[in-house]
Amino acid sequence: MAEKKFTITAETGIHARPATQLVNKAGQYESEVTLEYNGKSVNLKSIMGVMSLGVGQGSEVTIKAEGPDAEAALQGLDEVMKQGLSD
Amino acid sequence: MSINLTGIAASAGIAISKAFRLETPDLTVEKTIVENVDAEIQLFDAAIEKSKAELEVIKEKTKQDLGEEHAEIFSAHLLVLSDPELVDTIRQKVKDEKVNAAFALKEISDQFVMMFETMDNEYMKERAADIRDVSKRVLAHVLGKPIVSLTEINEEVILIADDLTPSDTAQLNKDFVKGFVTDIGGRTSHSAIMARSMEIPAVVGTKTVTENGDQGVQVIVDGLEGNVIIDPSESELAEYRQKLADYEEKKKEWAKLVHEPTKSKDGHLVELVANIGTPNDLEGVINNGAEGVGLYRTEFLYMGRTELPTEEEQFEAYKKVVSELDGKPVVIRTLDIGGDKELPYLDLPKEMNPFLGFRAIRLCLEKDDIFRTQLRALLRASVFGNLKIMFPMIATLGEFRQAKVMLEEEKKKLMDAGVDISDSIEVGIMVEIPSTAVMAPQFAKEVDFFSIGTNDLIQYTFAADRMNEQVSYLYQPYNPAILRLVKMVIDASHAEGKWTGMCGEMAGDEIAIPLLFGLGLDEFSMSATSVLPARSQISALTKDKAKEVAEKALQLNTDEEVKQLVEKTFL
Repeated sequence: MAEKKFTITAETGIHARPATQLVNKAGQYESEVTLEYNGKSVNLKSIMGVMSLGVGQGSEVTIKAEGPDAEAALQGLDEVMKQGLSD
Repeated sequence: MSINLTGIAASAGIAISKAFRLETPDLTVEKTIVENVDAEIQLFDAAIEKSKAELEVIKEKTKQDLGEEHAEIFSAHLLVLSDPELVDTIRQKVKDEKVNAAFALKEISDQFVMMFETMDNEYMKERAADIRDVSKRVLAHVLGKPIVSLTEINEEVILIADDLTPSDTAQLNKDFVKGFVTDIGGRTSHSAIMARSMEIPAVVGTKTVTENGDQGVQVIVDGLEGNVIIDPSESELAEYRQKLADYEEKKKEWAKLVHEPTKSKDGHLVELVANIGTPNDLEGVINNGAEGVGLYRTEFLYMGRTELPTEEEQFEAYKKVVSELDGKPVVIRTLDIGGDKELPYLDLPKEMNPFLGFRAIRLCLEKDDIFRTQLRALLRASVFGNLKIMFPMIATLGEFRQAKVMLEEEKKKLMDAGVDISDSIEVGIMVEIPSTAVMAPQFAKEVDFFSIGTNDLIQYTFAADRMNEQVSYLYQPYNPAILRLVKMVIDASHAEGKWTGMCGEMAGDEIAIPLLFGLGLDEFSMSATSVLPARSQISALTKDKAKEVAEKALQLNTDEEVKQLVEKTFL
């Protein structure tokens, strides 16, 4: 299993566009990918799951990946995060 | 056998094509127990695939027409259709409970909608609408009653609908939608205004076109006379093909005036400018030889989306318009929302009398964060051309002063931050409320210009809702009551060395033009397609004669008398 913590720096938090990018990315991997925030964990391949968390600016989130391509998934998602969502 | 209907000529031109009826299917769902679970799941999967394919088309189209930003929403919709939490849960429900796919879909999607709706966050609440929208599309496929979206039209048609909302019209593709006909609406309803700005022939208020116009039947739309012929005979077709050819011929004559100034026979110059809704309308403005933009309706930037436009998005739109007009004047009206124009994401309470309610400047002064964002975008765009700012629905001097203070505050902030701003931005108001027309001499000391919005001025003067067909006889632009108000405003502005324009429908009206010219109106702002006919008409007038007729008209008793006087003298 691979996991990584991120602090969301984007002014609008994770909303439509970034959520779309994250979910699209997660969908490219076989591994199960989850997003944890505020004690709740959702399937990162589910747009509604991600949006239902309501992640705002300054939030700490954890992404976990479990499966054959867990490392690659985490790396791919890390790149998306760095495109304006998290430092 | 052909069917002849009459309605209101909403947008000039003639179109002949086949009908495309916009329908909202009945999507009621009943729970049934199914034998063959696999078949139900296949039905559901096929519906998902069809919906995805449709959304891809809509997304591409939106991207091309309105840009990447607007298309984002459909990427999110597509993801909802791939969402395991939604899709797998529905499949599971069908399997476990042996229920029909439509019912499982409705139940599960409703749960998600509820979940988002009850969240304590405006943004999340709006997502509920997205899920509802997407589920409806899938449900329609499951039930075998697909929903047609206007962006999906990909062949030449005449659009037939009960009514078209402003966001419906914003989605129309001019290459394919050759004309439209509606059951309800009037000359000043939004669909009509949009049709003129998009130069699509339209007839509105036919009452029964949706009952008579079957899918695919041939239709003639005569937007000059307000006639619609469904399934025309050979002779009717021949007659209208001739009429269309004649109209094209006339347009060629007008086209010779494209690069000419607007000058009366005796050399008096006036300005003929155009009304626009989006930067896409600029092509029409330039092709029709308008001398600028007299009304840029910014509310379209706010419509057909799920959140407010950012300062950057607005800045880009305003910058595009002022730079492309290359120094020609561009009057930009600040947000005029409310009345018949709603923004679902602002979540404003329903009102009994929206036209008399919380709209336009009233809303902007209260929700000043929205207003200030727009003002900053406008100020920043001001250095790229000749930008003028106009506040809508001003009823009192206090409102104008308050708006002006906000403008000055934002200006100072931007300048302190080192942003370039033009130092010659004119700031004016719409005169559409009788109190403001009456107080014009006082206003004229403080504003840089007036622009008379006749659609609203007429409805407020006669206390007649312009959406209500039963009182449509009170839409009387030539009534001396209106002409006197117009005169008061023009005279008041001239006394202070200011100018008056008009940006309502009346400014492009063939009966009104000689009167307005006679009363001394400086700027006429109209649908781009009316500019050349108006220029041609003004070139035949003389100031003395127009003035004499206008003076006479002010003393007449009724709308009808004025109309007859003008027709007798000039037409």
